[in-house]
Amino acid sequence: MLETALKGSKKYWILIGVLFGLHGIGVTAFLYQLNKGLTVTGMSRDVSWGLYIAQFTFLVGVAASAVMVVLPYYLHNVKEFGKITILGEFLAVAAVNMCLMFILVDLGKPMRMLNVILHPTPNSILFWDMVVLNGYLFLNIIIGWVVLSAERKQVEPPKWVKPLIYLSIPWAVSIHTVTAFLYAGLPGRHFWLTAIMAARFLASAFAAGPALLILLCLIVRRVSKFDPGKEAIQKVANIVIYALIISIFFVLLEIFTAFYSQIPGHMHGFVYTFVGLNGYGNLVPWTWASAVMAVVATLMLLCPPLRKNETTLAISCLLVFFSLWIEKGITLVITGFIPNPFDTITEYVPTLPEVAITVGIWATGFLILTILYKIAVSVKEEIAS
Amino acid sequence: MERSRRSFLKILGISTLGLGTLSAVDLLAKAEMGKAEYSPNPKGMTGKRWALVVDVKKLDEETTQKAIEACHLIHNVPDYGDEEEIKWIWTDKYEHVFPGQEHAYLAEEIEEKPFLLLCNHCSNPPCVRVCPTQATWQRGDGIVMMDQHRCIGCRYCMAACPFGARSFNWKDPRTTYFKDKEPPNPKYPTRTKGVVEKCNLCAERLAVGEMPACVEAVKDSKAIVFGDLEDPHSEARELLHERFAIRRRPELGTSPNVYYIV
Ligand code: SF4
Ligand code: SF4
Ligand code: SF4
Repeated sequence: MLETALKGSKKYWILIGVLFGLHGIGVTAFLYQLNKGLTVTGMSRDVSWGLYIAQFTFLVGVAASAVMVVLPYYLHNVKEFGKITILGEFLAVAAVNMCLMFILVDLGKPMRMLNVILHPTPNSILFWDMVVLNGYLFLNIIIGWVVLSAERKQVEPPKWVKPLIYLSIPWAVSIHTVTAFLYAGLPGRHFWLTAIMAARFLASAFAAGPALLILLCLIVRRVSKFDPGKEAIQKVANIVIYALIISIFFVLLEIFTAFYSQIPGHMHGFVYTFVGLNGYGNLVPWTWASAVMAVVATLMLLCPPLRKNETTLAISCLLVFFSLWIEKGITLVITGFIPNPFDTITEYVPTLPEVAITVGIWATGFLILTILYKIAVSVKEEIAS
Repeated sequence: MERSRRSFLKILGISTLGLGTLSAVDLLAKAEMGKAEYSPNPKGMTGKRWALVVDVKKLDEETTQKAIEACHLIHNVPDYGDEEEIKWIWTDKYEHVFPGQEHAYLAEEIEEKPFLLLCNHCSNPPCVRVCPTQATWQRGDGIVMMDQHRCIGCRYCMAACPFGARSFNWKDPRTTYFKDKEPPNPKYPTRTKGVVEKCNLCAERLAVGEMPACVEAVKDSKAIVFGDLEDPHSEARELLHERFAIRRRPELGTSPNVYYIV
C-alpha cells in the first residue's frame, strides 16, 4: 500500500514539500538547542516546563480522541463511522508521534532517553505514560494498516484484530488519564492538584480531537474523490458539542471550588490566567481568547442550521480546536508553575528557537498524517472505482 | 531497587560496598579515601535520618552568606545570577519561605530575617516518587541523592518538589561559567548541561567523617545543627526537644527534615 503515497498530484507534492521544509527548520533549531542546551528556550528555574510539554499534553488528547469514532462503530454499530475509523486511527498515529517528539526535545539529555526503559520505575507516572503511549501507537498502526489492507483486498479483516480494536478503546482513555496524572498528583501545585483533571482532559480531548477530524474530513472530500459522508460528519459534530459543553462545565466546577472556598492557593492560578496576578498577566489575552472562542463555538454548534451548514460547521470546529489548544497547549501547563513555591512570580515567554522546534514538530506530524491519509484515501478511491 | 543498583555497579566494576550508590559524589569521595579499596571509610558518619536544625535567631546576613559560599564553592555551583540560576542553599524572607503563614503584623525581627533554604531531604520525597529513572533516590539514612550520570533532564522532579529546591543546568557550566576560571574545588565534579542538581547534604563529606560544609562554616555561632533524628542523644534531637521549631509546608505530607527555630 505504501506505493500509493508516492503517486500524487502536484498539489500533494507541494504540501509535502512545504511540510518537509518546516520540518527542516525544526531540525535545525533542535540541533542548535542540542548544542547550547535548553537555555535557548524561555523556560527557567521557576517555570521548568513550557511549550513542549504543553503541546505534548494537548496532542495526547488528539490521539485519544480516535476512540470517539472507533467506539461507536465497533460497539454500537454506528455504520456511518465505518468509512472514517481509519482517518481517526491514522490521526492518532500522527498525534502520538508528535507527542513522542515533544517529549524528546524537552529532555535535557535526549541521548539518555532509554534510561526510562533500562531502569523501569513503576512509581513514576512518566514511566507509565511512556508505556501507554508506545502501546497506543503500535495498536493504532497495526489496526489501521491491517483493516485498510483487508479493505483493499475487499475481504473481512482477520479475526485477530478484533480483540486489538476492543483493547484500543480503554487504551485510548488510559493515555489521557495517565497524562492527567502527571499533573494531578503533585503536592503543592494547586492549579493541577485536582481530582477532576483526568475527566477534564478527556472532555476537552473529545471536543478538540473530533473537531480536527471534521476539518480533516472536509479537506479530504475537497481534494479527493473519497467522501467521508455528510451523516458521519454530523454525528461527529454531535460528539464535539457534547464534549465541549462538558469540558466548559468542568472548568466552571474548578472555578466554583476555588472562589467559593476562597483558598488563596486554589484561586491564584485562575486569577493569574484570567486577570493577572500582582501585575503579571502574560496569559490573560490568551485565556480570554480561548474562553470567547469556546462560548461562540458552543452557541454556533447548538444552533441546528449553523451546525448542518458545513461552512459554519468548519468555522465552529476551528474555534473549538484553537480554544482548546490554547487551554491545554499553553495556559494549563504554564499556570501550574505560577506562583512558584515561594509565592512569587516568574513569567514565561517562548523563544524563537523554541517556537521553531514546535512548528517543526507539528509539521512533521502533519507530514506523517498527510502520507497516511494519502494511502487511506487512495485505497478508498481504488475500491470505489 | 537496591539490588539492581548493586548489580549495575558490579558491571562497572566500581562497587563501593556499604554505600551501595553510584554517584559522582561517592566516586569522588572514594577516590579521595584511596586506601580503603572496597570498604567505607571507618570515620564515615552513619545515621538513620539525617536532619538540620536552623536557628534563625542566630542568623544574619553575614553568617548566611558564609554558609552559602561554603556550599557553593565546595560543590562548584556556578553563579549565573539570572532566571537560570543554580542554587543549593540560599536565603529568602519569611513570607516566601512560609507562604500563607505571613500576616500584616509580623514581628519586625522575623519579617526581615534571612531564612536559609535548601533541600529538605524529605522522608516522603515526591521528587523520588516521580523520577522515571531513579536518578533521584533516597538512601537508607534519608539523604535524597542525585545521580547526574543517569538523569535524563525531564525536570519532572522540579515540578514535583514543593520547595523549589532543585535547579536545572539550562546551559553547560563547563563551557560558560567555568570557561575561563577553574572550578573552585577540583575534587568535586562540575555538571554538564541538561541535568538537575541540588543539595546532597554533603554526602561526600559525611562519608569521610566531616560535617556538612554549611554547618561547618557557621559552627562558631552554632546556627545550623546537624544530626540523626533517630538517635535520641543527637544534638539535633536534643535541640528540637528544647526549642519550638517549624518546618516548611508540613501539610503536604513530604515530611521535611530541615527544621527552623524562630
Ligand atoms: S525538598 Fe524537594 S528535592 Fe528535597 S527531598 Fe524534598 S521534594 Fe525532594
Ligand atoms: S530530571 Fe533527572 S532526576 Fe529529575 S525526574 Fe527527570 S530523570 Fe529524574
Ligand atoms: S548540606 Fe552540604 S550540600 Fe547541602 S546546603 Fe549544606 S553545604 Fe550545601
